[in-house]
Amino acid sequence: MANSDSAFRRWLRGEVDLSAELRTAEMPAPPEEARYQPRHHTAMIHMIFRQSHRLYVALVAVLCAVLFTVLLLTAANLPAYGDGEAPTNNEVSERYVNQGVAETGAVNAVAGLILDYRAFDTLGESFVLFTALCAVTILMSRGRRKHPLPMETDYADYYADPIVHTMCKVIIPVILVFGVYVLVNGHLSPGGGFSGGAILSSALIIYAMVWGDERAHGAIRERAIRRTAALALGFYVVSKTYSFYTGANGLHSVISPGVPGRIFSAGLILPLNVAVGLVVCCTMYSFYMFFRRGEL
Amino acid sequence: MAAMFDHLLHNYEEAAAIALLSIGFCMLLFDRNLLKKVIGLDIMDSGVFLLLADRGFIAGGKAPIMAEAAAEAERYVNPIPAGLVLTGIVVSVSVSALMLALTVRVYQTYRTLDVDHLYMLMSHRRKGGRA
Repeated sequence: MANSDSAFRRWLRGEVDLSAELRTAEMPAPPEEARYQPRHHTAMIHMIFRQSHRLYVALVAVLCAVLFTVLLLTAANLPAYGDGEAPTNNEVSERYVNQGVAETGAVNAVAGLILDYRAFDTLGESFVLFTALCAVTILMSRGRRKHPLPMETDYADYYADPIVHTMCKVIIPVILVFGVYVLVNGHLSPGGGFSGGAILSSALIIYAMVWGDERAHGAIRERAIRRTAALALGFYVVSKTYSFYTGANGLHSVISPGVPGRIFSAGLILPLNVAVGLVVCCTMYSFYMFFRRGEL
Repeated sequence: MAAMFDHLLHNYEEAAAIALLSIGFCMLLFDRNLLKKVIGLDIMDSGVFLLLADRGFIAGGKAPIMAEAAAEAERYVNPIPAGLVLTGIVVSVSVSALMLALTVRVYQTYRTLDVDHLYMLMSHRRKGGRA
C-alpha cells in the first residue's frame, strides 16, 4: 500500500506521465498532441485529493469504529442466544412448524417454506441468478469482439495424469448420483434445489477441469445449458402461476400435498426443486466456464 | 456495563457475526485492490448469514425435518432464517460473480486493480488518451 500511495502522490504532484501505460491491446497509441496536459481544474482536483487522502483514511477509521461499536451495543441488547421466547420465534414460524406438513406435504419445513409459502421469493431468487448469468455472459464473452480478450492458457494438463484421470472417472458418477439424491429428496431431508444444483455443477466443473475445455465444450453444449436454464425457469413460472391462481381464487387444484414422507408427495415442491436445481447447476457451470476461458 | 458485557459474552456468536461484518466493511473501504474489495463484501455477507442463522436457533431444538405430523413448535428451530439465508447466499453468489466479471474487464482494459492507479489512468484517458 505504501508503494502505490507514493506513486499516487507523485502523480498528484504531476511528476508521472502515464500515457505510455495506457496503450493496451484495445487502444491505439494517442498522437503526440493528444498527450495528457494538466489543466487548471485537474490541478485543483489534485490539490483537493492531496489534502483529502489523509482525511479520507481518518474518516473511514472513525466510521468503522462507530459502526462496530453501535452494532456491538445492539448485539449486547439482543435476546439471549437460543431463547425460544425471542420475538423472532413468533407465530409465523409456529404456523410453519405446526401446520407445514399438513398444508404443504413437505416433511422438510425449510423446503415447504421456500418453495410453497414463499415460492414467489424463490422465483425472484432464481431470476437473480439468471440475470447474473446474463450479465456475466455479456461482460465476459469474447465471441464477436474485434480484439479477443487475452486469456492465460498455461494450466496443468490433468488429463495426462493417470491418477487424477482415473479417480475422476470413479468420483464423477458418485457426485452426480449424490447430487440427484439431494435434489429429489429436498422435501424429505436436508437439501433441495440450491444445494443439489451446486453439487451437480461441481461434477460438471471437475469434468471440464480434467478433460479440458475442448472436450467439455463438445460434451456440454452451450445451447443445451441456456435452454435448460430458460426452460426450468419457464416451468417454474407456469406451474406456480397455476398454483397461485387456483389458491387465491379458491378453485380446485389438481396439485395435492399427497402423503407426507413419500417421494412423490408435497405437490409442486419436487418438480420445483428439480427446476431450481437445474438453474443453479447451469449457472454455476457457466460462471466457471466464463471465468475459465471467456465463453461457454 | 458489566451485565451488558456478560450478555455479549453469552451472545458470542452474534459478536462474531458483527466482527466479520466490520472486518469486511473495513476491507471494502481501506483496501486499494478491487479484488480484495470483492472479498471484503463476501466477508460482510457471511457475517450477515451468521447473525441470521443465530437468531433462528432455539436451545434444544432439532433441525426442522418433521418426523411425524403436528409437531410442537418448541422442539424445532425456527425454519424462517434458514430460508432467508438460502436466499441471501444465492444473491451473494450472483453479486460476487457480477463484480468479479466487472473486475476482469477493468483489468483487461487498464492492466491494474489498484484504485489509485486506476483513477490516474482513467483521468488520463478522459483527457484524450483515446485518439
